[in-house]
Amino acid sequence: MESFNSVFERFGGINLLPAILALIAFVLIGSPSTWVTLTVAGLAMGMMIFLMASGLSLVFGLMDVLNFGHSAFVSFGAFIAASVLAALAAWVAADSVILNLAALFLAIAAAALFGLIAGWAFEKVIIKPVYRDHLRQILITMGALIVAEQIILAIWGGSPISVPRPHFLSGSLIIGDVSIELYRLFAFALGLVAYVALYVILNRTRVGLLVRAGVENREMVEALGFRIDRLFVGVFVLGSALAAIGGAMWAGYETLITAAIGSEMMIIVFIVIIIGGLGSIEGSLLGALMVGLMGNYVAFLAPKMALASNMILMMAILLWRPYGLRPAVK
Amino acid sequence: MTDPILELAGVSTDIAQYHILHDVSLSVPEGGVHVLLGRNGAGKTTTLRTIMGLWQARAGAIRFRGDDIAALHTSDIARKGIAFVPENMGIFGGLTVEENMRLATHDGSFDRDRLGRIYALFPALETFWTKSAWSLSGGQKQMLAIARAIIEKRDLILIDEPTKGLAPAIILSMVDAFREIARETTILLVEQNFLFAKSLGQTVAVIDDGRIAHTGTMAELVEDAALQTRLLSLSLDAHQ
Repeated sequence: MESFNSVFERFGGINLLPAILALIAFVLIGSPSTWVTLTVAGLAMGMMIFLMASGLSLVFGLMDVLNFGHSAFVSFGAFIAASVLAALAAWVAADSVILNLAALFLAIAAAALFGLIAGWAFEKVIIKPVYRDHLRQILITMGALIVAEQIILAIWGGSPISVPRPHFLSGSLIIGDVSIELYRLFAFALGLVAYVALYVILNRTRVGLLVRAGVENREMVEALGFRIDRLFVGVFVLGSALAAIGGAMWAGYETLITAAIGSEMMIIVFIVIIIGGLGSIEGSLLGALMVGLMGNYVAFLAPKMALASNMILMMAILLWRPYGLRPAVK
Repeated sequence: MTDPILELAGVSTDIAQYHILHDVSLSVPEGGVHVLLGRNGAGKTTTLRTIMGLWQARAGAIRFRGDDIAALHTSDIARKGIAFVPENMGIFGGLTVEENMRLATHDGSFDRDRLGRIYALFPALETFWTKSAWSLSGGQKQMLAIARAIIEKRDLILIDEPTKGLAPAIILSMVDAFREIARETTILLVEQNFLFAKSLGQTVAVIDDGRIAHTGTMAELVEDAALQTRLLSLSLDAHQ
């Protein structure tokens, strides 16, 4: 008799987990329209978390660097995007989709640009002196996160900031009795584009080949004649920019943000990269989708368990697969 | 004897608080296979890793074609034409065989004639070309590690215990492959398997407790059972 594992692998293996989770939720929720709304919200949330988590996963996999300051890029991305959208309020509120898109593009671009520049500086000043020293990495990056939050408080103040959504994304798509927020569809689409771009870079380019090899064995990559430390700077900068974009999108999702947005997301981001397996983009996507779906389903079914649900999910997956769902190194 | 391609002069290496290599001096002539023998923990792997810059020498000079490379970054040492096949083979299991090989080329493209010669040496690589390196057997992984080192012409290849854990039949095929490779490249081979080493080596150095205990030709060592016993604590007969 064919074992359960081989049947499971033949039908898609662990890639099926989000679908299985959605199926179980469908049975428990009962109402198809509610289920669709929650599923779309979960997928959108998952894609935004993926944006924040993918860079951190690669950074950890490639250089074994624990960067708790990663969420500072999420926070700054959110606040910078909110400021750009506020400054372009007329474009944001206009009936023109082109003006709406231009405002949104500029907000995301400003967040990404900040991530690129600040990521480069952060790696040079904060990370580089503490390579290969986990304790100092944790201390210094946690310190940097606290400093970043204080800078945000100094610039934007302590009151929650309202984030305007572009007019064309402020409505919902109504299909029968199912209502789907357009912003969630947009967030899902943007995350999907980012995933495909990362997948192509990692699997179809020489730089991607080096990153994948470096995640497995950076010493051997150097012995083949490549400077892994220079490659790492590029990955760190890209990861920081993705985190800032994720923060920008999350700001629009939440519509009201505080300086703690990054540190609140950090726990979720760490859960995602641990569930997914370190150094793996595919793992980060799987983990992010499961966390997004689980968070939304449980918040509906058992609101008091919402915070604990993802921790329980992480523990269950680690008991099953101690290195995560799809680790880069087996 | 030709000019040495590689020279170690008074090299000492520490790992954390441990002194592993003590004043190691070694000369590797250009061309052929040259063997560094020694027991477990004698300092063989440390010697190769120090040459590659993976561990920094505390003292001494490492000269490759006359240039001191002791302070260079590992990647710069590799670009000078030195390839390294580590004891654990250094295979990227998540990459395909092709990707492993492509990574070892300077621009990502293959010289088809050279690739054909590698297929002739290691036919399994052509069979598993598009498969994940994780799916290879131990012997096939070792073939891939060696093939990766010769996918472009290198001046010197450092190979750390290639026979470890391999079946005798595979070790025999390795002997033929190494002879072929040594026609165009110098090989510094670290080994514990004396039978394998003696079938290939032209010169031999024996390292013990981080110090060079003997240097000479392989023929001298093979003919002198007393010397083998003294240096390796094993007689050649014991391996046969």
